Amino acid sequence: MPSEIFYRSITELAAALAAKKISAVELMQAVMTRTRQVDSRVRAFNSYDESDAQTQASAADARRSAGESRGPLDGIPIGLKDVIAVAGQPLTASSKMLANFVSPYDATVTQKLKNAGAICWGRLNLDEFAMGSSTENSANGSTANPWDLTRVPGGSSGGSAAALAAGEAIATLGSDTGGSIRQPAAFCGILGLKPTYGLVSRYGLVAFASSLDQIGPFTRTVEDAALVLSAIAGHDERDSTSFKIEVPDYRAELAERRGPWRIGIPKEYFADGLDPEVGAAVEKAIAFYQSRGCTIKEVSLPHTRYCLDTYYVIATAEASSNLARYDGVRYGHRSKDAKDAVDLYFKSRAEGFGPEVKRRIILGTYVLSSGYYDAYYVRAQKVRTLIRQDFLNAYREVDVLLTPTTPTAAFKIGEKADPLALYLCDIYTIGVNLAGLPGMSVPCGFTASGLPIGLQLIGQPFQEAELLAIAQAYESGHDWSTRHPGL
Amino acid sequence: MNYEAVIGLEVHVQIKTRSKMFTRVAAGYGHEENTLTDPVVLALPGALPVMNKAALDAVIKAGLLLGCEIASVCKWDRKNYFYPDSPKNYQISQYDQPICVGGRVEIELPGSARNVMGEHRKIALTRIHLEEDVGKLNHGATDSLVDFNRAGTPLMEIVSEPVMHSAQEAFAYLTSLRTTMIYGGISDCDMEKGQLRCDANISIRPVGEQKLGTKVELKNLNSISFVRDGIEHEIKRQLAVVARGGTLVQETRDYDGQTGTSQSLRTKEMAHDYRYFPDPDLMPVRVDAAWKERLRAECPELPFDKQRRFFTAHQLPYTLTSVLVGDRALADYFEEAAKLSGKPQAVGNWIANDLLRELAHAKIGVAQSKVRPSHVAALVDLVDSGAVLGTAAREIFMEMFATGDMPAGVAERRGLKAVPTDTSELEQWCREAIATNSKAVAEFQAGKESAINAFKGPVMKAAKGKANPKLVDETLRRLLAAT
Amino acid sequence: MSSAPQLDIDHVAKLARLVLTPEEKVTYAQQLGDVLHHIEQLAKIDVTDVEPTAHASPVFNVWSEDVPRAGLTVEQALQNAPAQRDHMIVVPKVVE
Repeated sequence: MPSEIFYRSITELAAALAAKKISAVELMQAVMTRTRQVDSRVRAFNSYDESDAQTQASAADARRSAGESRGPLDGIPIGLKDVIAVAGQPLTASSKMLANFVSPYDATVTQKLKNAGAICWGRLNLDEFAMGSSTENSANGSTANPWDLTRVPGGSSGGSAAALAAGEAIATLGSDTGGSIRQPAAFCGILGLKPTYGLVSRYGLVAFASSLDQIGPFTRTVEDAALVLSAIAGHDERDSTSFKIEVPDYRAELAERRGPWRIGIPKEYFADGLDPEVGAAVEKAIAFYQSRGCTIKEVSLPHTRYCLDTYYVIATAEASSNLARYDGVRYGHRSKDAKDAVDLYFKSRAEGFGPEVKRRIILGTYVLSSGYYDAYYVRAQKVRTLIRQDFLNAYREVDVLLTPTTPTAAFKIGEKADPLALYLCDIYTIGVNLAGLPGMSVPCGFTASGLPIGLQLIGQPFQEAELLAIAQAYESGHDWSTRHPGL
Repeated sequence: MNYEAVIGLEVHVQIKTRSKMFTRVAAGYGHEENTLTDPVVLALPGALPVMNKAALDAVIKAGLLLGCEIASVCKWDRKNYFYPDSPKNYQISQYDQPICVGGRVEIELPGSARNVMGEHRKIALTRIHLEEDVGKLNHGATDSLVDFNRAGTPLMEIVSEPVMHSAQEAFAYLTSLRTTMIYGGISDCDMEKGQLRCDANISIRPVGEQKLGTKVELKNLNSISFVRDGIEHEIKRQLAVVARGGTLVQETRDYDGQTGTSQSLRTKEMAHDYRYFPDPDLMPVRVDAAWKERLRAECPELPFDKQRRFFTAHQLPYTLTSVLVGDRALADYFEEAAKLSGKPQAVGNWIANDLLRELAHAKIGVAQSKVRPSHVAALVDLVDSGAVLGTAAREIFMEMFATGDMPAGVAERRGLKAVPTDTSELEQWCREAIATNSKAVAEFQAGKESAINAFKGPVMKAAKGKANPKLVDETLRRLLAAT
Repeated sequence: MSSAPQLDIDHVAKLARLVLTPEEKVTYAQQLGDVLHHIEQLAKIDVTDVEPTAHASPVFNVWSEDVPRAGLTVEQALQNAPAQRDHMIVVPKVVE
């Protein structure tokens, strides 16, 4: 167990808080001190409000003293990606467009965290409007990977991943549209979970691609992930795409599920482009599961090579429409040079959006435009059906799929300038969003140069309990999570 | 060459729900600016839409009333365009799978005279769909102010087939549609409050030609009269263009009801590429038979059906039925009074004339009237039995309207009851009348019923107007039979 | 690689209300051209008789009852407004 308090798990800290070995104020203090110490180098935070955090921490202590503690998350500082609305706090999406925007309302997940007593801590950096795989597209500058500050933490939830890896929070929330939780989790050596589409409410999440976005947790342990997921999951009347299902006590479920499992290895995910070190680490993990009695079976997801293209048609189309509201009229950046109402739109948006956002809006507008809609958008939605079918077919024979999370470990800041090259980072994660399935990145080793490697577990719809148990089985045999960056 | 006009109307009807179409903040009119908003209305980052069940009920009901086919499955589409009154810069609407398809609006054209019912026609509808309303732009000298109170209010778009040929038809169409929507409790259709808005598509073509001519869209028609006037004006304008050899341009024109002129509007978006696609934030709607039946049971009788029924069942003339069915509450009121009294024509007259006059004067609706159907029925009974006479009855009505007292009480209090007739005196007056008019006696005995009226005048004169007419009639007949 | 033959970047940028510098037009057209070229692969798949995925699992009739709920105060509604007057958002004159 690490001596530094800011590297402890929620479970450990909840016990310590309950036993009054530490107070919420002290815990928050430790996390804030750590943040002040390292964030000038990591740059995980867009902003943080110390006095607000202290107020929340005091309230947590007061509840505990009154015997009204709200559970394991009470008093735990959880960082939020700057796309999740917190009333009274900035909501910038790391964009100039929203640089001065303060949200008047809470996202549903924010409300749920508050109800659980968690401390909403800071606004975490991301690729602008969640569009990117490195956090280099942020209007606030890139976040650095705590394991190697010359490298990217991944994206788009780079700030959320880096903050946790660097001890600047006890858990964080990110969002995942094509891999934006799992890929940074892999690059930063922590757990990252994208829930089944519809499990967690999107109300209050700055929308990128409505049919793909999900909010999910970054944590140090599987048990922590179970705790956070239980707190944020569940049907929301304000989100028509959230599902009406019973949310289990995921932590309790862990004890019930011991395996062994039938693990599918999709052959398309182990082909060209996979870095040998990453491949080797994942193979070792497969061997580990096998040694624990799991059946390993090669499966095929034949439409894998179309995932990227399908994703970029659908995601950009939805995004082009979702981002139309950013016009400088009711809020957000308004150009000072606008000659008239029409000009207002053109200039405010041109000034407010960065290049990647503009590119995706243009691409999305194009694929929806007259004459191209059937050829691109409708066709992509049909291929999406085939992609989802691939996964569901595989699940007739296996319980879970195991793949690398990313083709390589973290690359250098500035290394991938070409948009297409960056898109290719997502080849293993994207299909999971298209199919609406739950996916998790689990730390499974390091490269020779000390960069984290992650493996991806892909589960069946709404079977997060099983997925977490499978992840925990791996975790119980390894201690990757005890290693921390040398910051 | 003879030309005919071809007109199609697009009518937007605001549905009278308590909350907005895709979020539960209150809907309303006349509130302080920007007090009916929430993150969804303002399209703040992270906001998401949720359908309003009551709005769905309302549009299905409208479809049932107008004889539409209700789609078993329908969905929502985003109509993408940028405008300051449209917070998301897309409007949630229905593109290729609207909730109602087909249907018709029955209209009544003006008759040859005021008391003659005009021709009825059925104007075919193309479709009805649901969408959300936009905010309100207030144009100033150098800038514009936006109020989002209206943004997000549920809106029904009712599209007619291009099958009308005159401004008169259009006027009749709107009147009928409006009455039906009010009947169904779907909307108050107050055009001044923007609850009913109409755009017209007008073209002309040589008579006999099937192909449609160049279409002009006419907007800003702020009252049903302006719709009629604007269409008339546009038809004339198009005919004039063609007459002098010009070419008509497909355009949108803005009609000014005050000056009676129109001008071409600069198009907002040169290329109207709305890039429709299914809204990923909303689930589709499935309407099953049970849902339709539930709503069908709530559907009121249509105004013209009621008009026909009042005619056949109660023999009410058009002058009465046309007035009574215009307001559902009034029609219901009439039916109750008719049931209570068994004398539909008589109560119909009181309601269509005296009640309506007094309601208008007092600026109240029939629901607020102190005179209830039972009052009217009782009054009719009193008159019929001869207990009160014509002019007295009018006075009684006025008092009832003011106080809500029953007519018998009023008559008593005000001494308006017909004087109970001294039968021997009455018999004397009758004998005298008969004796002095042998011509009428002969006519009556020859079979001319109306001859009896010749005696009633002198009798009433002798009675100073206070004789019971029924008794007079009975007495005369008895005496004449004995002659 | 050259830009995709169909991407009229001027037209699309206008639809999206983005004004681009000449350099941006060239760069984006080229970058997007590469992406579009990649996406052309989708044309090769046989999608006969395949339904487009509207939503991952079909659910119908998701709504809530017509019960009004508190919204934002006018101060909250306008707290992020770039320009306001008389409790309304100000925009440059809109010419119809």
